[in-house]
Amino acid sequence: MPKANFQVEIPNTENLPKEKFNELKQYIDGLKSTEGALIQILHQAQEIFGYLPKEVQLFVARALGMPGSEVCGVVSFYSYFTTEPVGKHVISVCMGTACFVRGADKIVDRIAKKIGIGPEETTKDGFFTLKNIRCIGACGLAPVVMVDDKVYGRVKEEDIDDILDSYRKEEA
Amino acid sequence: MSTNNKDTVHITINGQEFDVPKDITILEASNRAGIKIPTLCHLDLHDLKAVNKAASCRVCMVEAHGRDVLVPSCVTTVWEGMEVTTNSLQAITARRIAVELLLSNHPNECFTCSKNLDCELQSLAHELGVREIKWSGEKQNFPKDISSDALVRDASKCIMCRRCETMCNEVQTCGILSAMGRGFDAIVGPAFNIPMVESSCTYCGQCVAVCPTAALTEVNHTYKVWEALNDPDKHVIVQTAPAIRVALGELFGMEPGTIVTGKLVTALKRMGFNSVFDTDFAADLTIMEEASELINRIENNGTLPMLTSCCPAWVKFIEHQFPELLDVPSTCKSPHIMFGIIAKTYYAKKLGIDPNKIVVVSVMPCIAKKAESARPELTKDHKNNVDIVVTTRELGAMIKEAGIDFSNLPDSDFDHVLGESTGASVIFGTTGGVIEAALRTAYEWMTGEELKDVEFKQLRGLDGIREASVAVGDMNLNIGIAHGLGNARKILEDIRDGKSKYHAIEIMACPGGCIGGGGQPYHHGNDEIVKKRQEAIYKEDRSKTLRKSHENPEIIKLYEEFLGKPLSKKSHELLHTHYEKRERI
Repeated sequence: MPKANFQVEIPNTENLPKEKFNELKQYIDGLKSTEGALIQILHQAQEIFGYLPKEVQLFVARALGMPGSEVCGVVSFYSYFTTEPVGKHVISVCMGTACFVRGADKIVDRIAKKIGIGPEETTKDGFFTLKNIRCIGACGLAPVVMVDDKVYGRVKEEDIDDILDSYRKEEA
Repeated sequence: MSTNNKDTVHITINGQEFDVPKDITILEASNRAGIKIPTLCHLDLHDLKAVNKAASCRVCMVEAHGRDVLVPSCVTTVWEGMEVTTNSLQAITARRIAVELLLSNHPNECFTCSKNLDCELQSLAHELGVREIKWSGEKQNFPKDISSDALVRDASKCIMCRRCETMCNEVQTCGILSAMGRGFDAIVGPAFNIPMVESSCTYCGQCVAVCPTAALTEVNHTYKVWEALNDPDKHVIVQTAPAIRVALGELFGMEPGTIVTGKLVTALKRMGFNSVFDTDFAADLTIMEEASELINRIENNGTLPMLTSCCPAWVKFIEHQFPELLDVPSTCKSPHIMFGIIAKTYYAKKLGIDPNKIVVVSVMPCIAKKAESARPELTKDHKNNVDIVVTTRELGAMIKEAGIDFSNLPDSDFDHVLGESTGASVIFGTTGGVIEAALRTAYEWMTGEELKDVEFKQLRGLDGIREASVAVGDMNLNIGIAHGLGNARKILEDIRDGKSKYHAIEIMACPGGCIGGGGQPYHHGNDEIVKKRQEAIYKEDRSKTLRKSHENPEIIKLYEEFLGKPLSKKSHELLHTHYEKRERI
């Protein structure tokens, strides 16, 4: 059974603290075998760090004794994985056909204006990330906005303030 | 004609019937039958154990009766009673459309492309009668990566055939190149798409050797050579590696394996070099030092095995991949670097020329040599000992540029002082050659007896890993040989795990050794060419009067007049180096 090699150096930076790497190390150590476990390990790594920066990908590559290019190839292939930090709340606007014809682009513009960032960006305070996504299969509710796991259907431009403010209020 | 033999199946291709082994592909069956199916991504270097079966280009599509859709012949295995049509209208059209689609997302710049007339996509478009590109739309436009001294990556010309990935990951086990992203944005490159120079690339150039287009090519240094040749203040000398003389002729339509040593020298003289020298001279010098180092390590309980260090791609491989083993390679610099140093010291002094005015040009079968010559520890006062490195292909292009009718050139001899060589140095160009050359000298030095039969046949061949035990006096020297970095990795793992039984090991990064180097004329997937170059190397060795490095009169003189003896203080200072741990990305 192939096991992980932890003779690798653990990075330690402000955004990527050693404790998180140790947590990932413990997870990998606990696996019966690392064979075929790359995707599973990357899921866990994203769970721990919130995203998969170069340092984390190289850490996984070295621990599993595989080239960095292979790990990077997998991470960049699956849209689930992200290499940029994401905010506390992820706003996803469906840009599928049904939502688009019902004005999803205007919804995105409105959100962008309100929180001051464009799609695929995160607010400076790390609170919101805005994403354009493909059809989520709720075309009957078009246009659809998701905030984390919560779905908002038939969203109108003027609803945006209330929706987003509710998250700010909750935080306060 | 049907047969009950379980190992074969009966098939029909274009109405002709054949019995073929049951586990082969339609493409292999067709090739055996002399029926050509065009291919693009497919690559099968059988003897070098390199096969690319991505089936991504869809150029080899054929009709298999009973199947609703066309099948890719490169990955579809034959079955009993199969009826294949390779030349139906449907198959021919599908093939042409596949190529037209590739061209619709390919820069339209064949005229100025470095692979013009040597490009497999271009020749396929010609072969399939593509006369217009029917589709237009957005094209990928990635910036060129010119970060390294050795290779250029122009991802806009990539057709995603994945041959480079197969070479880099499966054959060489370097793991540098991989596909990233998906769909239209997919790209093949190093992890995180970092510049090549920041990756752990060894610059072996095997990706360049198999790239069908100009997505991966060498950095072109020909202009720098012309500039130097036309500078009246410069004394420009050239050295040519052993593997050039058995491959250069291919660029002028000669049969693979044609030996063109004499024409090569004449061509270089006509290009205007002040002197034309031979890297073989420096290979003999390398043997003097390396054989001495081996004997020294054996007699004084030094680190064993000792690994040869002529190949810069292999050196970079061990630095990145096995940094804990950096005391095993010989400390000898590579022959062309030794040549540069001797040229700018001994030769400069002998001829009374200011070393700063000497320009040393290396013609190498290799693109790693380009990066090697700029390694800081191999330069002197921040000046390169070897100033410019061009590949066999670049030299061929320069000879054409100069309007030299290569095929009809008379023969000339290398110039003196640094031009004499022995058969031992010629075989440096093939896998097994460096260690055989070292043995010819080590044998005589260790036993004090004359070596009658200089040919160590047990070390020859093209198997990826070879080994032999050679009786030298009262001891047996265990020799290992690996070519291709994947094979090197296996040998290094044994050394790391304390399982190695060898005294000396030769490693060359490229399959076949330098004859199969990343800078050689493109073999376009035909490994017979590499075999013929190897035969030519051994033929050239047999034609030499002197076949042992220590008998080279110019080398003997160099030690008498300048270096003293092998491993002397001066030798150490000039001809030996050290290695450093490098990051693995």
